[in-house]
Amino acid sequence: MTISQIEITSDELRHLVSNRALEGETLLLNMGPQHPSTHGVLRLLLELDGEKVVSCIPDVGYLHTGIEKNIEAKTYEKAETMTDRLDYLNTMGNNLAYCLALEKLVDLDVPERAQAVRVIFTELQRISSHLVWLGTHALDLAAMSVFFYCFNQRERILDIMEMCSGQRMMTTYFRPGGLWRETAAGFEEAVRAFIDDFPRRVDEYEGLLSKNPIFLDRTKNVGVMSAEQGVAWGITGPSLRGSGLAYDLRKEEPYSGYEQYEFDIPVASEGDVYARYWVRMQEFRQSLRIVRQALDKLPKGPFRSSNRKFVPPPRAELGTSMEAVIHHFKLWTEGFSAPKASVYVAVESPRGELGVFLEGDGGPKPYRCYWRTPSFVNLQILPLLSKNHLVADLVAIIGSVDIVLGDVDR
Amino acid sequence: MGIESKLGNLGIVTTTLEGVVNWSRTGAMWPMLFGLACCAIEMMGSQAPDYDMSRFGMELMRASPRQSDLMIVAGRLSRKMAPVLRRLYDQMPAPKWVVSMGDCASCGGVYNNYAIVQGVDEIVPVDVYVAGCPPRPEALIHGIMTLHEKVRGEKVRDWA
Amino acid sequence: MDSVLQAILQDLEKTFAAKGSEFRGQASLLVPADQIVAAAQALRDQHGFGMLAALSAVDYWPQPQPRFHVVYQFKNIPQKLRLELRVALDGNEPELDSISSIYPNANWHERELWDMFGLRIKNHPDLRRILMPEDWAGYPLRKDYPLGYEEVEFTFNFEEIEQRKPRPKE
Repeated sequence: MTISQIEITSDELRHLVSNRALEGETLLLNMGPQHPSTHGVLRLLLELDGEKVVSCIPDVGYLHTGIEKNIEAKTYEKAETMTDRLDYLNTMGNNLAYCLALEKLVDLDVPERAQAVRVIFTELQRISSHLVWLGTHALDLAAMSVFFYCFNQRERILDIMEMCSGQRMMTTYFRPGGLWRETAAGFEEAVRAFIDDFPRRVDEYEGLLSKNPIFLDRTKNVGVMSAEQGVAWGITGPSLRGSGLAYDLRKEEPYSGYEQYEFDIPVASEGDVYARYWVRMQEFRQSLRIVRQALDKLPKGPFRSSNRKFVPPPRAELGTSMEAVIHHFKLWTEGFSAPKASVYVAVESPRGELGVFLEGDGGPKPYRCYWRTPSFVNLQILPLLSKNHLVADLVAIIGSVDIVLGDVDR
Repeated sequence: MGIESKLGNLGIVTTTLEGVVNWSRTGAMWPMLFGLACCAIEMMGSQAPDYDMSRFGMELMRASPRQSDLMIVAGRLSRKMAPVLRRLYDQMPAPKWVVSMGDCASCGGVYNNYAIVQGVDEIVPVDVYVAGCPPRPEALIHGIMTLHEKVRGEKVRDWA
Repeated sequence: MDSVLQAILQDLEKTFAAKGSEFRGQASLLVPADQIVAAAQALRDQHGFGMLAALSAVDYWPQPQPRFHVVYQFKNIPQKLRLELRVALDGNEPELDSISSIYPNANWHERELWDMFGLRIKNHPDLRRILMPEDWAGYPLRKDYPLGYEEVEFTFNFEEIEQRKPRPKE
């Protein structure tokens, strides 16, 4: 594809922009794939009347990776490594969604300890994702020091993940049936140290931003979305909770033991950028609450299911049991099979409803694995929210919708 | 080196033109923000306080290619993005270097399929490859230090 | 399964000549292709399914009938119900009606169906490719489209692959 072919001709544009653009009255500006404020490779075609946005056309696909097709070419357990890289700020959440869908499809049990550790890690991942959101959102609005504070705290969480799984980001720690291996020796102390220290950090960030007149000016009454618009457009997650609807999949359709933990759902009613910011700041505190409860109740027991048709036996058993050797061989060469049916499982990712539609065909490879990613659906409302706002407000709105391009383009 | 070893501390240093030009290039090599995917988060992490890259001269990341020297291609390059990468590389003024960060940029990584370019060295010439998925911030800094050593070894004939 | 959901399923089965099924507690309804807009309208207006949660397709090539199943996931937030609708399509260039007038967020989902599977969506306001480049040929997620696997370079085939791989010098 040559360079000249990437410019859209005016014929294709005609039905997308207003007549004023084609006559030259308004300016067509390309906020290109490489831009510091678009949080990744998102291309926006802006029609500007002076500084005001008349319409905004998102052009996605610059990070399309063909993950769904790659998953179809791998066995169920090997495909899990691909799932980390979809929403790369919520890697363990993606693993969780995939494992839950797979466990539902093949009807595999998960022991209590594994469920509790999964909850701890998912909530820590939620905190780390919101830290990146806060850092980059504040950076776009020119509050640079918040960026440094947030990334500093995020390193503490990445240390905990590295302690248990060996990898900072792409952990693949959750496996079908439970966890990959037992948590590391200092795990509980490290998590407790983090959750004891973190509340004052949240207070610090709120102290920097929540009453800051510049921040308030740039975020109040910007990008207002009503709850009806949100539901019609399929918006989920903190963006919908910022508009007044208390919809959280952890409460509506609890999974992995969430029904045992007590936590609130922060809801704001104004529906503007500030409301979404406020909701996410409260979610920090609620996540800490959940982690504290899960850590206090952390049961002892096996960390992975013992159903040998799906879970490989531990190496120690291979020396003594013939069945273990056969299961090991079968699982590592061919992999386990799933029935010829489909399931749809949804979890609450930091961005909204992350759904996995998994269809098996009786064989060892997934026949179709569709990822209903929240950022893809949430991004559609951007043209509606940014009408008649300034370009500077558009930057705030993109930050508040919290998209991750790996999620959008898959 | 040179005559100051005989003359003592006169406040003069003698060196070659190559030496001083290469030294100044490595001193403040500004990277262009070209974070594509997950590696971009680790690149932001290496700019952040814990693994500060501005110790090595990369104080800030310029968004504009016209004001940067180094392009760190961080993340997977899809076929739709490839012409954009080439255009941005062409817009950078010489001298320019490219660090291919991560497995996806170096060789296609985990993804061997229709949508990902199997290595950005199909599109732009790469100076240093940093392996990892994603590479730790320390690995990226090691890659940058390797690039600095490479730049210090450059000769006049290459850039004249 | 929830009794409310049972009642809704029976009502839809009668009205639209659909076939219901269930797997692991999740209800699914196979609806004829020409009835999908009416079914979506009924779901939203009468039964309170206000959100389209997901929209995708499965390709059953080389089985000719049905070749594709388009899968719709609907969510009823006040009553906490989920329902899956499937539409069976045949042939290599099937057509389907758009539901983006009823559920606005179907817009991009249907563009993705066109891009990845080649399902032409009728009455869609803006049907063009969304994830692949504008001039891409072929529909990647179809089963007869190759993965695009590139041969891995080892020492024994290094020279011959290097000859054909483009490597710009500057």
